[in-house]
Amino acid sequence: MPRPGFVLDVDRSTPPTLFWHGEGFRLERLPTGSRVVYPPEPVEALGDPDDAIRQALLHPLGDSRPLPDLLSAGMKLTIAFDDVSLPLPPMERPDNRQRVIEVVLDMAAAAGVDDVVLIAALALHRRMTESELRHALGDRVYDAFAPHGLLLQHDAEDPAALVLLGETDQGEEVELNRRAVESDLLVYVNINLVAMDGGHKSVATGLASYRSLRHHHNVRTMLHSRSFMDQERSALHSSNWRMGRFIAASGVKIFQIETTLNTDTFPSAFGFLQRREWEWNGRDRASFLAVSKTLDRTPDRMRRSIFQAIKSPHRMTSVQAGEVEAVHAATTANVYRQHLVEVDGQADVLTFGLPYICPYNVNSVMNPILVMCLGLGYFFNLYRGKPLVRPGGVVIMSHPTPWAFHPVHHPSYIDFFEEVLADTTDPIEIEKTYEERFATDDWYRHLYRTSHAYHGVHPFYMWYWGAHALDHLGGVIIVGGDPRAVRRMGFKPASTLRDALEMAEDVVGPEPTVTHFHCPPMAMADVR
Amino acid sequence: MKALVFERSLPKFAAARVAGSVSGGLGARVGPLRLADVDDPVVPGPEWSVVRPRLAGICGSDLATVDGKASRYFEPIVSFPFIPGHEVVGDLEDGRRVVLEPVLSCATRGIDPPCEECGSGHINRCHQIAFGDLHPGLQTGYCADTGGGWGLRLIAHEQQLHPVPADFSDEAAVMVEPVACAVHGALRLLRPAEDGVAVVIGAGTLGLCSIAALRHFGGDVVIVAVAKHPTQRRLARDLGANVVAGPDEMARAVRRATGAMMTGDQLNGGADLVIDCVGNDGSLASALSVSRPGGRVSLVGMPGRVSVDLTALWQKEIDLAGGYAYGVEPLAGGRRTFDLAFELVREAGLERLVSATYPLERYKEAIDHAANAGRRGAVKVAFDLRKEKRR
Repeated sequence: MPRPGFVLDVDRSTPPTLFWHGEGFRLERLPTGSRVVYPPEPVEALGDPDDAIRQALLHPLGDSRPLPDLLSAGMKLTIAFDDVSLPLPPMERPDNRQRVIEVVLDMAAAAGVDDVVLIAALALHRRMTESELRHALGDRVYDAFAPHGLLLQHDAEDPAALVLLGETDQGEEVELNRRAVESDLLVYVNINLVAMDGGHKSVATGLASYRSLRHHHNVRTMLHSRSFMDQERSALHSSNWRMGRFIAASGVKIFQIETTLNTDTFPSAFGFLQRREWEWNGRDRASFLAVSKTLDRTPDRMRRSIFQAIKSPHRMTSVQAGEVEAVHAATTANVYRQHLVEVDGQADVLTFGLPYICPYNVNSVMNPILVMCLGLGYFFNLYRGKPLVRPGGVVIMSHPTPWAFHPVHHPSYIDFFEEVLADTTDPIEIEKTYEERFATDDWYRHLYRTSHAYHGVHPFYMWYWGAHALDHLGGVIIVGGDPRAVRRMGFKPASTLRDALEMAEDVVGPEPTVTHFHCPPMAMADVR
Repeated sequence: MKALVFERSLPKFAAARVAGSVSGGLGARVGPLRLADVDDPVVPGPEWSVVRPRLAGICGSDLATVDGKASRYFEPIVSFPFIPGHEVVGDLEDGRRVVLEPVLSCATRGIDPPCEECGSGHINRCHQIAFGDLHPGLQTGYCADTGGGWGLRLIAHEQQLHPVPADFSDEAAVMVEPVACAVHGALRLLRPAEDGVAVVIGAGTLGLCSIAALRHFGGDVVIVAVAKHPTQRRLARDLGANVVAGPDEMARAVRRATGAMMTGDQLNGGADLVIDCVGNDGSLASALSVSRPGGRVSLVGMPGRVSVDLTALWQKEIDLAGGYAYGVEPLAGGRRTFDLAFELVREAGLERLVSATYPLERYKEAIDHAANAGRRGAVKVAFDLRKEKRR
């Protein structure tokens, strides 16, 4: 029986706490009286995930009929699936998407469906490489579809491949992938890593255009999503739900399949990452020392390669299928079962270490904008109720934050960092002054469509993701970051955690209360 | 009189070249420049006046000379020993303040009729700079007969003198000459009604003044300034640059400003006009790389021997033009560049670019400061001769 998450009160006997620090770690001694939020242990995985998938498709939730009843010869079937941004890190084969899609294809074949197209639901993310597609779908699926042009990647900038369905009652334009809309059935295959993933967001975001996305990927929406991980209080969620219901009302028939994962995130060589520090045994200590010393002597590029090569052993804990909202309600319960930790009250200072990976740098570089997004977008928003840190409080995060960018994946990020952040870090000003120019830049559009680049507007969304935190906080300090890069983002650099805590006192006053959000593995704070 | 004198001495010239290659300005410590007591320049005729410099700027070309980096091209068109200093505001003996226009044209050399260029006002293109009544010297400050601004007295022909308005500070007045260079460099190739994007490479005195000139005379042209140091970046923006980028950021900044695409590292479009105020291998290569096909590059910073791949110039049919000194500006209805420079100094408040002044005795410090102005947060460094004893 996995143990639930809990909050540890730090005393003099508490061993140093492990902080992620990009492609490395720091062991930090937190002040006595600090609290550490520890995630629940990985919940049990499904014993036979393939059978569970089959059962889910045969016994759908909501008002959906079983998948085989929806399939017939001569129909047009589209299967859309989550892209390379999920899961994190990429999972060991077989990936959930492969397992699910193989079962769906078996059922389609049994029903005599021969017009089947697979679409990677990229939204404005970069196109996946062949090896990434093979990893997600398996060689059998890839080889059956890709050579025949039946494995597509959503192109949010191809007018011929988009169709404007109309507007929601709030005036939000809904423009989606034409093939998906014009199919007799759209099957969407999810991996739900955090509470924000899935539901109507899958289609309304993953298969949409910039014209559509801008209605919820904006500063106002993010400022009114408290947090965007909490469906009850998320304007992002509400907008996607309005769009999703509009899509359904427009006649697009969707069969949603969602899977959840446990937090058994790292292979045995990194087993110490999965355990609480005072429970480290001799092997954990030896592994930590060996890994840390090796990484210290490893050049940056090789260190990045080592970490990006990690394939996670996390396993499927649930699968549900059928009508979107019914499916997502069950999925969310399963995500919460794995992630939620109850925490009493807010602290003056919130600390966390940031890992080497976020949804947008798989097989890539964690550039400074992504550091901001991961810290102030994702980690800060991993709460329900209220943030772990009080209004006007300080976030201290640990990451090397190098002034480094992947030139193929993140070209507009470089320009955003050089031009936009040199001018202002205010999300509202950034949105007003710069977004449209970047979003409509022909060069970025060309790279997004033909290379492996994120869309020109994507760095803006990353910055907006942190808008709620920027609005809420009195200061942000990055420990161990490149001072130039940290200052460019409007944050303060610190060499050590001790220095950072002293600097935080200038904002929140002496002897602040400190909460450390322990990662890995992933958790979500239920703050009372 | 007391003056800084630059003498012909090959060993010292070689020493300056070595020292200057170690660190800019070091040539002043070992080279042919020395503080000396020399004879006053001789007034050759009634059209000439004695000018007592008040402020005299240190220019990039002066620094190249002091550090032994100036091209050998200049050898036949200068005469030794000379007293440097061609950015000068000074007093006439009757007390009137004047700014010196240092080019030594046909008129100053007693050549009548003047050459074709001088006859049309383009004195910077004078054919006779090594002939006539004076020893060779393209400007005051490079001629053995005239003296220069880095001494207590110089002589100037009446056509070289511009009265300074009473409300002009000495700092404003000493900026007129470098501003005139920038105005000429900008107006030489500018097409105000057509140019959408102009790039200024370098943000020292010439670069910043070029930005001001483009903003003043260039209509709505979008100016991309390439600046290395924080003070330069701030001033570039204050003087009218729309975009300020570091040297490593230039190509991306121009791409964004022009909406161009890229093939490898090459832009498929680019800027209509590029003003290179640096004049070295890297800046010229950059200028060619960010110029659009059919674009224009104005070389304003004094170059020396440069090595650059000209394939882009050829393939993109770029017009590359030098921009030396000043004369008259057809684009401004044939007005004298100096008149336009006075106007621009006043309009843009360019006296703010004078960052530090030194007495002649501290010339080594002054030159070191000027050679490292950018990284030390300075722009124009000048000699202040107002408190020098006049004997």
